[in-house]
Amino acid sequence: MEATSRTWWKTIVGVILTAVMLFPLYWMVNVSLTQRNAIRAGDLFPTAFTLANYQVVLRDQLPYLGTSLLVGLGTVALTLVISAPAGYAISSLFIPGRRVLNFCLIVAQMIPAVVMALGFYTVYIKLGILDTIPGLILADSTIAVPFAVMLFSAFMSGISRDLLNAAAVDGANTWVTFTRIVLPISRNSAVTVALFAFLWAWSDFIFASTLNREGGKLRPITMGLYDYIGSQNQEWGALMATAVVASIPTAVLLVVAQRYVAAGVTAGAVKD
Amino acid sequence: MNTTMGRDPRAVTSSAPRQRTDSAQKKKEEATGATPPRRRHRRQWVGLAFVAPLVTYLVLFYAFPLVENVSMSLHRFTRATYVTGEAPFVGAEIYREVLTAPQFLPTVWQTAFFVVASLVLQYAIGLALAVFFHRNFPLSVVLRGLFLVPWLVPIIVSATTWQWMMDADVGILNRILGVFGVDPVWWLGAENALWAVTIANIWLGIPFNLVILYSGLQNISADLYEAAALDGAGAWRLFWSITFPLLRPVSAITLLLGFVYTLKVVDIIWIMTTGTGRSQTLATWAYGMAFGKGTSAVIQYSQASVVGTILLVIALFMGVVYLVVQRSERVA
Repeated sequence: MEATSRTWWKTIVGVILTAVMLFPLYWMVNVSLTQRNAIRAGDLFPTAFTLANYQVVLRDQLPYLGTSLLVGLGTVALTLVISAPAGYAISSLFIPGRRVLNFCLIVAQMIPAVVMALGFYTVYIKLGILDTIPGLILADSTIAVPFAVMLFSAFMSGISRDLLNAAAVDGANTWVTFTRIVLPISRNSAVTVALFAFLWAWSDFIFASTLNREGGKLRPITMGLYDYIGSQNQEWGALMATAVVASIPTAVLLVVAQRYVAAGVTAGAVKD
Repeated sequence: MNTTMGRDPRAVTSSAPRQRTDSAQKKKEEATGATPPRRRHRRQWVGLAFVAPLVTYLVLFYAFPLVENVSMSLHRFTRATYVTGEAPFVGAEIYREVLTAPQFLPTVWQTAFFVVASLVLQYAIGLALAVFFHRNFPLSVVLRGLFLVPWLVPIIVSATTWQWMMDADVGILNRILGVFGVDPVWWLGAENALWAVTIANIWLGIPFNLVILYSGLQNISADLYEAAALDGAGAWRLFWSITFPLLRPVSAITLLLGFVYTLKVVDIIWIMTTGTGRSQTLATWAYGMAFGKGTSAVIQYSQASVVGTILLVIALFMGVVYLVVQRSERVA
């Protein structure tokens, strides 16, 4: 009896702590549902309720959302194609200079995005891919690729040697072993990588605001949001409604794939 | 590390067909025994083929832009450079300009404050929460999951929300302080800006610290606690003699990664204050000089690259530190 009441006491404290932690996000939702003239009053609940802000978002932001989706999926594809084979090679195949490569990957995760953006900017002007979607996908993938390679190689080095040897005995070459055995086993790692690559590309601000700022409607949702912030007469209702919409992928992923998210954070955990 | 994935049942159950003929067995012995040089050569090529896309990618999209960045810091780039293509080589001249600029030292100090205050408080709060969530209680899993949300929401979203909450006139933060009789704080004004962005950044970093430290706690044997509790140790004592010392390796990695991530933060500061007042850090300074809202005249690519190169050197250094820490743990 006593033990139960003690843990319930912890639950109450836990709920309060979580509420404090999530308050800023509640506040965002609250403002987004409040009528324009009532926003400055700052009621704790959206008493002057309206959905008009979301109508504005649907009217103005759909192209940006589409771009973000495209950029996110492109980044996921590029990241997986590069990192899965590399993870396999680093974990299970003989390659010269493995330690140097590992060191490069660790350092790559630590390089500030603003430094990358500065370099990309001049390179992109030379290549003529400034303000293009492929250019943004390439830049966004640099956030995820080192993390992805390390996650894949960490998981793949745990795959039983006997299994791989048995495949070789049955006449499978390395490519077949990789596609038929290693990849299917590593499905969970691939999901985690895909999740984070998508989230980071979706959330990216630095690359979008430097390498794709003249992209007009072909800019991601973070730039749609930035336009509101930059305007002289800040429309907080529409701004917050856009912010809510921009957070939807996060919410969906948390509900659908929480265990993959937790796995990703602890697996070396990388984010800007 | 990645406990969820490590427990993937398919890793154990799925297996290739296991019909082994005698000749196959022999082949296997060949493969695992002394490898003839020719085969070894082939295996090396196979490995290279698998890793080639990554190496090409790292050279093209990491090394090349970074070299470009360093080169920009040694040439005098202006907006006109992109039209005329002229950028005279000036050696260390721009480095001297940046290092002696009146903003340089204050920016370094503000960066140090931002990083240290963020790290200490993120870690302390994250650790307290990890200990709190360590013993399961009803709803603990759900609540722990919810704590991740601020970390996953796009930073521009949370930064905007904090900006609104910290509004001097109508912001909810000042209203809450008002309830306790505190005068309104001009959060985003020049003097308080550094604390304002630090507070928002601490909030952003708590989930990361919580998750990593929590997973570290899971690896400490419960027997230790039981034995110590039998000896009459209280909760406070248990924390300082068992939890804290045994978490040391995990703490080191957490703080190290936290340092690197905090150093490169741009978006949260840029959205909240555009790096004005005392909230300018090295990263936002570089960003502002190259891509700030001011057009043409004030754009300073080369100066931004100098600051960028300084950040790059710190990143390289921390990479080495990371490896050393990791290795010493493996030995210990």
